[in-house]
Amino acid sequence: MRNEMEVVFDAVADNEAFARVAVAAFVARQNPTLEEMADIKTAVSEAVTNAIIHGYGNLHGYTGNRRLPQERLIIHPGKVRLHCVLDGDMLHIEVSDTGKGIQDVEKAMEPLYTTLPELERSGMGFAFMEAFMDDLEVESEPDQGTVVRMKKKMEAGDWIAGED
Amino acid sequence: MEQTVTELFRVIDHCLMIRLPEEVDHYRAGYISETADKMLYDEEVQNVVFDFEKTRFMDSSGIGMIMGRYRKISCFGGRIYCIHADRQIRRILKISGLDKIVEVLES
Repeated sequence: MRNEMEVVFDAVADNEAFARVAVAAFVARQNPTLEEMADIKTAVSEAVTNAIIHGYGNLHGYTGNRRLPQERLIIHPGKVRLHCVLDGDMLHIEVSDTGKGIQDVEKAMEPLYTTLPELERSGMGFAFMEAFMDDLEVESEPDQGTVVRMKKKMEAGDWIAGED
Repeated sequence: MEQTVTELFRVIDHCLMIRLPEEVDHYRAGYISETADKMLYDEEVQNVVFDFEKTRFMDSSGIGMIMGRYRKISCFGGRIYCIHADRQIRRILKISGLDKIVEVLES
């Protein structure tokens, strides 16, 4: 059985929670375990946040932004597209933006690397996506935008067996 | 607002206890970090305890929140403790390597 959904929303902090709840609702009928659900929500949250703060530079509403000058808190127009396909027990998630893109994808994916240290995020976004999903692919072109593709096989029980 | 602050943040014996919300995302991590920092300066806090009892979701902003507080208190010999963390939160602490610098206590 195949099912597909797509939502497009404004690139603002408020929509981060919306995005992860939308995906959670989409996969709910697959009867995911609590852990699978949490993994997917965390991965989506990271990808969407990256699009908002790095892709479009919309820092409004994020950690530590009070230390930033006002001009950096302007909200730039832009949309984040969230596309999910559930094909049997395989979940495909695509998060894309048409923002500024990533100069060096490999460097961006290094754990702890961040271009916005003042926001006090951890630089662990891609590391989390990689750890919580089965497959991660990042495609980016400077000034064109970024596409993050993630895959996860939805099967209960595996997570527990693979622990520790 | 005042009431929620006293409800979530409490200083007992130079130890700042923070009861984290159900979802620790960028929104809430920012607010918690700012409030915690104010208390670190005002109340001579030595150690910080993050209580995950109610928490079911956390992303990398939560890691940033803990790491930031660690930087502020570790140079004075302070320690960070994480309590009531469920499997998922423990996993996040482990993947990020935070479990090596903070004490994750068994509940």
